[in-house]
Amino acid sequence: MSIWEYANPKKFLATTEKVMPALWAGSAVLITVGLVWGFFFTPDDYRQGSTVKIIFLHVPSALMAINAWFMMLVTSLVWVIRRHHVSALAARAAAPVGVVMTVIALITGAIWGQPMWGTWWAWDPRLTSFLVLFLFYLGYIALWEAIDNPDTAADLTSILCLVGSVFAVLSRYAVNFWNQGLHQGASLSLDKKENVADAFSNPLYVCMAGFVLLFIALVFYRTGTEIRARRIKALMARERLEA
Amino acid sequence: MIALLLRDLKLALRAGGGFGLGLAFFLIVTVMVPFSVGPQSELLARIAPGVLWLGALLACLLSLDRLLALDWEDGSLDLLATAPLPLESTVTIKALAHWITTGLPLVMAAPVLGVLLNLPAAGFQWLVISLLLGTPALSVIGTFGAALTVGLKRGGLLMSLLVMPLYVPTLIFGSEVARRGAEGMAVQTPLLLLAGISAASIALLPFASAAVLRVNLR
Amino acid sequence: MPDLGKYADTVLSAYAASLLLLVALVVLTIWRGRKVRREMETLESRVKRNG
Repeated sequence: MSIWEYANPKKFLATTEKVMPALWAGSAVLITVGLVWGFFFTPDDYRQGSTVKIIFLHVPSALMAINAWFMMLVTSLVWVIRRHHVSALAARAAAPVGVVMTVIALITGAIWGQPMWGTWWAWDPRLTSFLVLFLFYLGYIALWEAIDNPDTAADLTSILCLVGSVFAVLSRYAVNFWNQGLHQGASLSLDKKENVADAFSNPLYVCMAGFVLLFIALVFYRTGTEIRARRIKALMARERLEA
Repeated sequence: MIALLLRDLKLALRAGGGFGLGLAFFLIVTVMVPFSVGPQSELLARIAPGVLWLGALLACLLSLDRLLALDWEDGSLDLLATAPLPLESTVTIKALAHWITTGLPLVMAAPVLGVLLNLPAAGFQWLVISLLLGTPALSVIGTFGAALTVGLKRGGLLMSLLVMPLYVPTLIFGSEVARRGAEGMAVQTPLLLLAGISAASIALLPFASAAVLRVNLR
Repeated sequence: MPDLGKYADTVLSAYAASLLLLVALVVLTIWRGRKVRREMETLESRVKRNG
């Protein structure tokens, strides 16, 4: 029994099919509980007023925006090294989810920033690197869409993902250097001083868990779709060959 | 290797090679800037380093699609791939040829255009130095983008989308050097970081470009 | 409904926009998934019949 068994598309489909309902239900329950808890049962912040409630969407989506890219990096590496098709397709399946998470983080941030910082957008390092991450996602998806041959596309996009990761990290440090930030530090770190108060962090943890589950559910489902789309292509090619 | 470099240089210099187009584009962009932001000389002086860096970057970007596409179309890329020369060296030479025919002229034209934009006197030296250090990175990163999209019809727009985000750190540090130089501030930190990016890109990216090219030639 | 004070519009629009995007993502994902699955099944049955 090892993780590589799931590199077999049939096995992957059979297993994900079994856990899918649990994942959908789990993410729906966690996100609902977390957001309801956060929206109805948390106090207002003494400085931010009720806008603090936006944190329950902003932080989990930002978390997933970065981790989605990280997951794509890992699956791209697996594809480059071990050439399991499921891995490459999982990277492809994750990218649009990552884009949506990035957009949610940017939008909620802008809506929050308008009353708090007095501006929708500032060229703050964190904001800017998220915008750059968004551009990386767009390029990655565009490259997948542009190439017909699926193996070529998988190879090229995974190398782009590897190179892009290095440059994304570089950009992160470059923009840090380039402008001082308005953005607050980490909301949840081991350093207690920086942390948000417990009243906010508990529902926030629930929301983050919900977003993680939702991401896993979406990626599993979309990977299944990509596997089937691949199979359709293969079947049609075979039919044309026989005809 | 030298033969390949000379061949690429010759091809670029001949008619239809597109030599000088990048330069002309750089000029046009710089001339358009005052039209769009207004002719106040203080404003132009303030934005001159950034505008010149951005113009050079765009000129570099636009000349990239000729870098490999022509050799791809007439099949000489396949020959180069089967030649005894490793593909990594081939793409490095290609990037070098691109830098000599595009990057270097841009560096030399930049001070002249700096005059047009009222660049402060202290800025000229740092503008040239930063471009000299930064444009090789632009060429090498661009070669990677060109290798990614070489098999595609109308890959030009896609290539811009892929290459631009990769240019971000180079652009930030490069124009930071030029800006600080123009304002008479210390330039050492961004200069070292820019040099670091260039050196690392030149050392590592040819491997990625060659890998990508092998996939495309498969 | 909690009292959102003067920031009601801000909070509500942030929640609305995010939830809209999330729901759109899930709906599109499932819609495409169903379509592809149906296509594959028809194709597979046709291939089986012929071969």
